[in-house]
Amino acid sequence: MLRYYLRLSLKSLRRTPGLTALMVCAIALGIAACIVTLTVYHAMSGNPIWWKNNVLYAVTMDSWGADEPHDPQHPTLAPPQLTYTDATALLRSSIPQRKAIMTQMDGMLSGAPGQTVPMQALTRATTKDFFAMFDVPFEYGGAWGGNDLDALPEIVLGKRANDTLFGGTDSVGRTILWNNNRFRVVGVLRDWQPLPRFYDVVDGAFEPPEDAYVPFSWITTLRSVPSGNMDCHTSVAISNYQQLLGSECVWIEMWAQLPSAARRERFRAYVDSYWAAQRRAGRFPRPLNNHLTNVSQWLQVNGVVSSDSRILLRVAFAFLAVCLLNTVGILLTKFLRGAPIVGVRRALGASRRQIFLQHLVEVAVVSIAGGVLGLALGAAGLVGVRAIYAQDSAYGLLAHFDPLGVAWALALAALSTLAAGFYPAWSIGRLPPAGYLRGR
Amino acid sequence: MLKMQDVSKVYRTDLIETHALRNFSLEVKSGQFVAVSGPSGSGKTTFLNVAGLLETFDTGIYELDGQDVSRLSDDARSRMRNEKIGFIFQSFNLIPDLDVYDNVDVPLRYRRMKAAERNQRITKALELVGLASRTKHMPSQLSGGQQQRVAIARAIAGDPALILADEPTGNLDSLMARQVMDLLEQINEMGTTIILVTHDPELARRAQRNIHVVDGLVIDSAPYERRLGADERAGAGGSMPA
Ligand SMILES: Nc1ncnc2c1ncn2[C@@H]1O[C@H](COP(=O)(O)OP(=O)(O)O)[C@@H](O)[C@H]1O
Ligand SMILES: [Mg+2]
Repeated sequence: MLRYYLRLSLKSLRRTPGLTALMVCAIALGIAACIVTLTVYHAMSGNPIWWKNNVLYAVTMDSWGADEPHDPQHPTLAPPQLTYTDATALLRSSIPQRKAIMTQMDGMLSGAPGQTVPMQALTRATTKDFFAMFDVPFEYGGAWGGNDLDALPEIVLGKRANDTLFGGTDSVGRTILWNNNRFRVVGVLRDWQPLPRFYDVVDGAFEPPEDAYVPFSWITTLRSVPSGNMDCHTSVAISNYQQLLGSECVWIEMWAQLPSAARRERFRAYVDSYWAAQRRAGRFPRPLNNHLTNVSQWLQVNGVVSSDSRILLRVAFAFLAVCLLNTVGILLTKFLRGAPIVGVRRALGASRRQIFLQHLVEVAVVSIAGGVLGLALGAAGLVGVRAIYAQDSAYGLLAHFDPLGVAWALALAALSTLAAGFYPAWSIGRLPPAGYLRGR
Repeated sequence: MLKMQDVSKVYRTDLIETHALRNFSLEVKSGQFVAVSGPSGSGKTTFLNVAGLLETFDTGIYELDGQDVSRLSDDARSRMRNEKIGFIFQSFNLIPDLDVYDNVDVPLRYRRMKAAERNQRITKALELVGLASRTKHMPSQLSGGQQQRVAIARAIAGDPALILADEPTGNLDSLMARQVMDLLEQINEMGTTIILVTHDPELARRAQRNIHVVDGLVIDSAPYERRLGADERAGAGGSMPA
């Protein structure tokens, strides 16, 4: 019966090619708009490490001054970064399964074979657990080892840096200069670009990934000044590196892997007792306000999803709704125009259900055509978005047009059009069979 | 085959109520060929639509093939139409974008028959109406008489017990009309009950039984000859005084 309905649908659609094209285009445009905005929204709001959402926690501690909260608009939040003193102290805890502190650096890579011009390399200074904790994929080698606060001069290169400096070959074991200091390459990453860059939203959630990763202890050894955000609540002049490390300025992100509630509680207690001890020593004028925040909350708390994209999303769905309403109108008109023939079919024994199904199949054909065209248009639209954003930062957007996204888009297309076509198909099935036979 | 007792049907619109059938009573035996006549607007089509389960009625009793149909669901009525009734309309009502074969196929599809059986029935029905060689023609490529023969083939393909024909010759010239009538007689001889609405006294005379409908009432169910005699004596034309 389905094949019969399909044949009737194709005949019917071919009879009114203009209307058919109009409906397919309307659906396609609506779907495409939704795909583009959903993808952008997904890229902005998606949790790039959802599988570890309740395992990874950002560690914050309210070390701010007495006068006002760190963010007066969100007074309950602690500063998103830690001081050097606190970060290194908390790093000593053995409670977390893994833990890492990190900050952003400007770097120059040079000294690769045949390299004439130094390469600018955004760098993350961090501790060795960073890679395992965030499931960072390696092409060659792996993370450095050793003591977090006394590491060897070893470096991990991002894919882009390794492609540029070593033509993409296995550079593990080679020596390279990072800011004119010798580092041994121990690992090379695959293409890795979590979007948003959840582990450092302070320095830009939509920044491209780093080109190099160096042990945190080396930046203090080399007295390198971080290039990321540094927030100080006192205006004490800092005149040397030792003063920077001892200051109340916050500039270090810390993450801990705490897979169980018990471990979380123990670590929280550890953080709180450290805080209490420091307070007794005269620091921390503000009330106790320490947080362990999971990834999705972290993205939310830090306002990573812009309200722009949320509005855009709403507009896109409204647009889809308008397109679908149009389609409903066209379908209703078209179906009603065929009512006399429906009357004949009813007289010949078609049940309401059979008439309904026949028309629903026609709707489905239109919806599939619209969905496929919409997917194509959506993909083209994403290429356009990528072109616009490319100069900016989020050039990984199109990478998020993944199979799951396509499946979602298809489901969206099918569901919305079927919903749209349900009413016309249903109402044509309800027509009294005799009404349209008279007076012909 | 068909038994109506005091069936009434009222059409209500915002402005008027039309009593299309009032206390309409009629019994048609299996295998009969009944001609129904009456002035335009008297309720003939309404009677056929009610008889064919295309419309419901307001009061009275209607039994079709021994079954009280007033309580049947829409589904059951559709099934009965499909299995027991064949319709023939004045304006043929072929489906314009289906060819002859597919038009005859329609009722069989709704009966969910296997392709082989459908094919056999379609071929047989089209042979009977003399159009077996036109299966691939579209309705628009056929003359009116041919279209009505396709419609007849469609009506009989499912072997219905009852055929309801609403002025099937109204749009045909007299030669074509006679051919259609010949066909209907042939089908009736094979055992199918036929109720034929017609204005044409010549065709009505060929039926076993004549019914006259005026203002939604059965006035006379006498054989045609007798009624005609009465009319002539009264000096009236074709129709009875109310
Ligand atoms: N759907 C309808 N709504 C209102 N009145 C109708 C409807 N169908 C038929 N009628 C009226 O019912 C009466 C009987 O009509 P009909 O059965 O078609 O007569 P006939 O077939 O004898 O010409 C007429 O007065 C007609 O106007
Ligand atoms: Mg009529």
